[in-house]
Amino acid sequence: MRNIWTIARREYRHYFSSPIAYIVALLTLLTIGVYFVVIIYYLTNQSYYSNTAPGVDIIIGPMATVFLFATPALTMRLLADEQRMGTLELLLTTPIREGELIVGKWLGAFLFMLTIIAVTLVFPIVLNKLTSPGIDQGVMISAYAAIILLTAVFLAIGTAMSSLFNNQFAAFFATLAMLVLFWWLIHLPTYIIQNTTINNVFNYLDLNTRFTNMLAGTMSLSDIVYPISLTALGLFVSSIAIETRRWR
Amino acid sequence: MIRATGLTKDYGSRRAIENLTFEAKQGEVVGFLGPNGAGKTTTMRILTGYMPPTYGSAQVAGFDIISESLEVRRRVGYLPETVPLYPDMTVFEYLKFMADLRHLPNAEDMVDETLEMVQMVKRADGYISNLSKGMRQRIGLAQALLHKPEVLILDEPTIGLDPAQVVEFRNIVRDVGKERTVLLSTHILSEAQQLCDRVLIINKGRIVAEDTPENLQARLVGAEHVVLRIKGEADDLLPIVAKIEGVQNAKLQPDGMVEFQFVPGTDVRPAVARATIKAGFDLLEFRPVGLSLEEIFLQLTQDTTRKER
Repeated sequence: MRNIWTIARREYRHYFSSPIAYIVALLTLLTIGVYFVVIIYYLTNQSYYSNTAPGVDIIIGPMATVFLFATPALTMRLLADEQRMGTLELLLTTPIREGELIVGKWLGAFLFMLTIIAVTLVFPIVLNKLTSPGIDQGVMISAYAAIILLTAVFLAIGTAMSSLFNNQFAAFFATLAMLVLFWWLIHLPTYIIQNTTINNVFNYLDLNTRFTNMLAGTMSLSDIVYPISLTALGLFVSSIAIETRRWR
Repeated sequence: MIRATGLTKDYGSRRAIENLTFEAKQGEVVGFLGPNGAGKTTTMRILTGYMPPTYGSAQVAGFDIISESLEVRRRVGYLPETVPLYPDMTVFEYLKFMADLRHLPNAEDMVDETLEMVQMVKRADGYISNLSKGMRQRIGLAQALLHKPEVLILDEPTIGLDPAQVVEFRNIVRDVGKERTVLLSTHILSEAQQLCDRVLIINKGRIVAEDTPENLQARLVGAEHVVLRIKGEADDLLPIVAKIEGVQNAKLQPDGMVEFQFVPGTDVRPAVARATIKAGFDLLEFRPVGLSLEEIFLQLTQDTTRKER
């Protein structure tokens, strides 16, 4: 536990001296901000439409799309960079386990993303003031839980890709490809396959549907269990990748 | 204490080291001497627990490097060839991070103490990215010394240091080596001579010689080499030098120098100098050439192949 925290703390601090992290933060807040202002402006000027008050999904929805591109940029260097600088050799000759290293690295990135997410809490507070009788607190909590879980998954997949590739760009694009697969592509076969059992599998694996369920506040247990298991799998693959690196 | 038995490592089909067996006792500084690609780094990486050997086993500080890797890593200080530093951290932050990873009880005091040892106290709050190569090397060494390891493993530690820093560095290593085990690699013969109690010469993944530096030197230097340069062509000088008694293997070098050997004890140098002047040549340069490391390797590898037959 202590080693995980030591690694995570270094990683978290590193983001504050890294330009990529600031670009990710800027991109996220800018996108959500512009989106938010435009939607509010639009809705207040459309009298016939104003009987449906906007919910927290107008904030969390675009956030997920931004994160899809932003998180690979944060994770691409996690292990690829250690390899390049020779510090992986240092870390692997200190008395810490591969698993602790991986979880620590992931946790550092996760805490950084949580910081950005925490800043976006400004938007629901403003939205709550703007609308009457205010936004649904339950849906807001569920939506934020959804984006937090999604971030955890995205970062774990990114960590795994970074541990498999020595090259940062390869890690970036491999992560992006994996995220696009789990986010957009994986439910597409259900349109052509007739077999319900196979379709159930694809539907189960689809991150997007689960995210949408949580965003709407209608989540089931598997909507929570699935992203957590995917995160665990990503971190497990990373540890194995680092461990096998020793044996090559 | 380091005890390696039959260490072998294959990278795919290429054998990096083969059947290395050696020992380094407590209070001993052992040098790994060999050309690039001889397998020094591979051996060190195995001993530090970075990667396992393909065959063979080793004990470091009393623990097995494979089954008790964490225990080994707790007791080893390692400075890899490419000094592993985080440029975005300050010197103090970096060493504190390493101290935390090693669970040192009074981390900050240990960091201060080590910084003093490598004389970097003044730069403690400076960013590592702003340090010179020599300073980075010292921080790398500090990281390896931080937890007062029983075994210190240093891969090419003096590369990039200026002569004054090398002297300083040697003092630190000698100091540490008094009570602990130090294994260091180098391809500089004089460095091994000055620092090490014992030298292992490694070539193409095998140990070709193991002895004290003095013994190795004595064993290897069979004859002394001298070169001399004169003004103009040396073609006419060669037969004159070759005729002098005691001169062996006189030959013309491509750059116009005359090279010859003589057996130590029968110094023929005054006679050669006199003869050169007497024959009317202008003597410009006259100096001994030591055996280069390459020649030593050549000798040693020839020796071992002969023995094998």
